[in-house]
Amino acid sequence: MMGMTITEKILAAHAGKERVRPGDLIQAQVDLILGNDITSPVAIKEFEKIGVKKVFNSEAIALVPDHFTPNKDLKSAEQAMMLREFARKYEIAHYFEVGKMGIEHCLLPEQGLVGPGDLVIGADSHTCTYGAVGAFSTGVGSTDMAAAMASGEVWLKVPPSIKFHFSGSLQTWVGGKDLILYTIGQIGVDGALYAAMEFTGETISSLTMDDRFTMANMAIEAGAKNGIFAVDDKTLEYLRGRYKKSYKIFASDPEADYIQTYDWDLSTLEPQVACPHLPENVKSVREVSDLYIQQVVIGSCTNGRIKDLREAAQILKGNKVHRDVRLIVIPGTQDIYRQAIREGLIEIFIDAGGVVSTPTCGPCLGGHMGVLARGERALATTNRNFVGRMGHPKSEVYLSGPPVAAASAVKGRIIHPEEVLKDA
Amino acid sequence: MLEGKVWRFGNDVDTDLIIPARYLNTSDPQVLAEHCLEDLEPGFARKVISGDIIVAGTNFGCGSSREHAPIALKASGVSCVIAASFARIFYRNAINIGLPILESVAASKEVKQGDILRVNFETGLITNLTRNQVYQTNPFPGFMRELIASGGLIPYLRKNLSGEKLGV
Repeated sequence: MMGMTITEKILAAHAGKERVRPGDLIQAQVDLILGNDITSPVAIKEFEKIGVKKVFNSEAIALVPDHFTPNKDLKSAEQAMMLREFARKYEIAHYFEVGKMGIEHCLLPEQGLVGPGDLVIGADSHTCTYGAVGAFSTGVGSTDMAAAMASGEVWLKVPPSIKFHFSGSLQTWVGGKDLILYTIGQIGVDGALYAAMEFTGETISSLTMDDRFTMANMAIEAGAKNGIFAVDDKTLEYLRGRYKKSYKIFASDPEADYIQTYDWDLSTLEPQVACPHLPENVKSVREVSDLYIQQVVIGSCTNGRIKDLREAAQILKGNKVHRDVRLIVIPGTQDIYRQAIREGLIEIFIDAGGVVSTPTCGPCLGGHMGVLARGERALATTNRNFVGRMGHPKSEVYLSGPPVAAASAVKGRIIHPEEVLKDA
Repeated sequence: MLEGKVWRFGNDVDTDLIIPARYLNTSDPQVLAEHCLEDLEPGFARKVISGDIIVAGTNFGCGSSREHAPIALKASGVSCVIAASFARIFYRNAINIGLPILESVAASKEVKQGDILRVNFETGLITNLTRNQVYQTNPFPGFMRELIASGGLIPYLRKNLSGEKLGV
């Protein structure tokens, strides 16, 4: 008998089945449902149409107004109000008001709301982030969210799995962002369409949790349904004191079936940069180091965690942001923000000439806090570089990890971190 | 069964192109429709005629989970999207809100801007009236046909949830 992958095992457990196979349509029980200030208003309208008097479980819903908050304009304020009123009416346990709010995919793991073996759906495409803690986690739409809030269930097609095996120790300044950009560059933006991406290998074992969140986060950029990691000591250490529920750890069987396996030795990998206008247009940083930039954004659900800020600060310390560049740093959550203050990172950013914002998705999707004008070019630690993503349709977004972003802010052009450090 | 004129687009038409995030401070379908595809095809909202069909390449609807994307297309008058492949969240969302979509590599390869297509959802047959071609697609699996026949996920749910579960 064929074995099962970690993804198949979690789905089977939530569908009340012994086993599932890729292609099976299942009705699965959900452990957590997530919505934000853009997707939830549509979901709330649909939910009210169903005609139920309560949500299936007020403890299993998280509402995070993070995209256009603190409210950027009147219409956004009205959308955020819809969340607030819905949260009150249905006594939603995990509603995060401004002040407690953070970028949803940084916030939920930090607050212990996602854990191993959980099945999480969210009306946000980057919900796949929680695969980093060994959960099955995927993005859905607002109507799916509405239906699940009423029924506690979601229809899913069991995805086939693709295994990514990484070996080799990484060079300095190469991290999770570079691994996932490299991966997307190799397989393309639909290279894992409908599939589960399973990340394995010695290189993965050595990665911090923050790096793993970054990788799982961008699985959607390869078209994947979910990205997932095995639970190890680092996962358990991360969960200790955060995740209060009991949990079951699932692991892929050695004889599990994969539609494809990639095996990469990344010991010589240089920091990676994705060029406009698709995350698959990936190059080594030195291939694009003649490009001048006007804005650098360090933050987002992809790279707004404490490790990201520490790396940026390490490079910015004692340096000044280039006079032609605006540096915008956005800690992912209030806890990360506070920690960054305690460690002196915020002071380093301000001394360097950067601005530090309250947690928000803001500029990543061209919402607020750093919208680009016609003809401008940004380097960002965010996740998408589509046409018009950060503002004007004639602007450009390049994607990288925090070290390259910080170094580039100093030099005014896209550059390898070593180029800044050797001058110091 | 429906008939319409084709708007032809390429690969990886992402949700930011379908409806840019700068308009996501509302969920009003009519307002969203006014800006549908404007960064890809300026003036699309003015030029599109109710019943028109979009034919695209691979990975249509990639990117964000915003349901505003299929809502904007539907409200702008687009009657159906045919593509070589769809991004998975867009696929779910389109079905959930009742925007018909079909996967067809052949149609994606052969159909040109301005062609007139006839689409039969029961049989999965696409007829190109301009070029005298037919493209057979896989009809939806049973579960999805039931969902579509109910009028989308919410009506399907109303029909299938037990009273006890609904708390009514």
